Amino acid sequence: MSENGVGENGDQALLRVEHLKQYFPVKAGVVFDRTVAQVHAVDDVSFDLEEGQTLGLVGESGCGKTTLSRSLMRLIEPSDGTVAFAGQDVTHISARKMRPLRREMQMVFQDPFASLNPRKRIAQIIGAPLRLHGVPKADIRERVSALLDRVGLQAEHLNRFPHEFSGGQRQRIGIARALALEPKLIVLDEPVSALDVSVQAQIINLLDDLQDHLGLTYMFVAHDLSVVRHVSDRIAVMYLGKLMEVSPAEELYTKPIHPYTEALLAAVPVPDPRENRARKRVAVTGEPPNPIDPPRGCVFHPRCPHATDVCHEVEPPLTRYGNGHLAACHHPQRVSPDEIRAAERSSQSPLSAGEELPSPA
Amino acid sequence: MPADALLEVRDLHVSFRTEEGVIQAVDGVSFSLQRGEVLAVVGESGSGKSVTVGTLMGLTRSPNAKFEGEAWLRTGRDGDGGDDLELIGAGDEQLRRVRGDQIAMIFQDPMTSLNPVQRVGDQIVEQVQAHRDLGESEARNRAVEMLDRVGIPRAAERARSYPHEFSGGMRQRAMIAMAFSCEPDVLIADEPTTALDVTIQAQILRQISEMREEANAGVILVTHDLGVVAEVADRIAVMYGGQIVEHGTIDELFYDPQHPYTWGLLGSIARVDRDRPERLPAIEGLPPSLSDPPEGCRFRPRCPHAFEACHRLPALERRGGQSPEHVDRCFLSPDEKHSLREVGGQVGLAARSTAA
Repeated sequence: MSENGVGENGDQALLRVEHLKQYFPVKAGVVFDRTVAQVHAVDDVSFDLEEGQTLGLVGESGCGKTTLSRSLMRLIEPSDGTVAFAGQDVTHISARKMRPLRREMQMVFQDPFASLNPRKRIAQIIGAPLRLHGVPKADIRERVSALLDRVGLQAEHLNRFPHEFSGGQRQRIGIARALALEPKLIVLDEPVSALDVSVQAQIINLLDDLQDHLGLTYMFVAHDLSVVRHVSDRIAVMYLGKLMEVSPAEELYTKPIHPYTEALLAAVPVPDPRENRARKRVAVTGEPPNPIDPPRGCVFHPRCPHATDVCHEVEPPLTRYGNGHLAACHHPQRVSPDEIRAAERSSQSPLSAGEELPSPA
Repeated sequence: MPADALLEVRDLHVSFRTEEGVIQAVDGVSFSLQRGEVLAVVGESGSGKSVTVGTLMGLTRSPNAKFEGEAWLRTGRDGDGGDDLELIGAGDEQLRRVRGDQIAMIFQDPMTSLNPVQRVGDQIVEQVQAHRDLGESEARNRAVEMLDRVGIPRAAERARSYPHEFSGGMRQRAMIAMAFSCEPDVLIADEPTTALDVTIQAQILRQISEMREEANAGVILVTHDLGVVAEVADRIAVMYGGQIVEHGTIDELFYDPQHPYTWGLLGSIARVDRDRPERLPAIEGLPPSLSDPPEGCRFRPRCPHAFEACHRLPALERRGGQSPEHVDRCFLSPDEKHSLREVGGQVGLAARSTAA
């Protein structure tokens, strides 16, 4: 690890997250609030995101993916760890120094109904970031029209209110607003989860085109593995505040190493009745544990079909296998003994993780 | 009605008067449900699928709503000799008697359908006692037994919990326990797993399937997720703009789809089991307005294959299907359908520009 944001492979990472923690206090007491426990929403997460790439972040509800995306943007103050954007640490700078950086990092939210002010016209909604960042009034309208055109809406929509649009169109408006300040990074928090399948495809294709034309970097947060595949270069799988597996996108589907990824893949229903009947499915039982009191050792062990004694005691380090494929598991799946022997401990492992790497057995 | 049908819906029309005009939410829907089968009703938001099933339960009744058509529910239990009940015209009291007893419903959001200030067990007891002549302790035993059967650990203890103390998956299990507590013949499940995570979704689908087999009930599953459909359904009705546009068995719909909208739905799913395409095939345009539906075929404005004939409304009948039960609303000839639905080696809807 280095201070200047140069990645392990020598490339400049646009976003570098190191040992990021986000804890929320649980308070109790009648007169004075005492902190009685901590919710470990994000618990020592590290990753790099290179310019022009898309990182998919996948996990079930409550795994901390939304919290992680918000603490990256510093919408909430991280408890510990650092986030560096274009080589600059943004976790410890003042709000004033943060402001110019906010232009560079934008967010698109899940619910296109709740994220647009119902009493503002589209021109005002998309124009607001431009106005706030000092674009001359005369230029705003023209730029808003250009943005609408870019996301596939017409200039005639400028004077309408959000309720006059469908879910898909509203998400386009949200995207136009995010694009207004020509950001480098856009964090997309479940941008298509609330949309119908046929419209989902339209929005995914739009995001794809925008990335090609504008050289954008995306972090795409999703709750299942089907949609994220179409947009990602790399995919990170998160569970109970920790990264379980980080992999080149296609490899995650052909060669899932972590049992949790396996379970997530098996749980996605395949829209093909014959294949469904033939498919052997590893059903994972139970529900995610409480993040106030996460299990010792590997956080997935209570639900894991491969768990042994070591999983109850020692937190597995993120282990780097070939091709930049990382997994935090004592019993990695689909890797040969040779691959295990060649594996090394990643510097992105949580600080509390054990030193011991999986042994080829 | 056919001897074996539990439920038969005939030419159902539902419209709502609003300030923006009359919304024709359901426009001539007919289907039947047999014992032991799962019928999936598939469509996008605004296709009329939830209004259709809500109407069967009497949930869409309001001063501005207008209903036409019939929906017959076989209410006589086997050997019981009871009369069939027509649900659309039934009085509120008649409906209340069958609802929760012979016909039960599970909703998308269990938090809004459970009473937040009543213990989960009490809510099931209340339903059981409304329909069965059971004492307090018998009804309570029944409630605990049901919670146990849907896989809630320490059921007797958890029956005393309030809904907010349950996770989303547990709440949905409690809903299923309640729905099956009076052994209904017909279960309506409206997007039962949409709000849940995939690992929990798989568990809940399995649960519904098992409970259906035990009770030998018929299930109407409303969903927009064709993956879920492929998992559990026997037959599928695809809805678009308030009408059924294609109806057939699950294999017919997935491997021999006749209607371009069905092609589009099948083509636009992001799949984990196939190589990823360069671009996800989308259905261009927007679903039709139900207050001012397009003339003729409802799908015409979005269909790349539309031609003159499509300005008339195609009837729902057998056209290119292999069995008499496989019906659709599309004027294209069977041969045309066969060649047009192949896009890049898979079923899909061609982009409008490339279509002739």
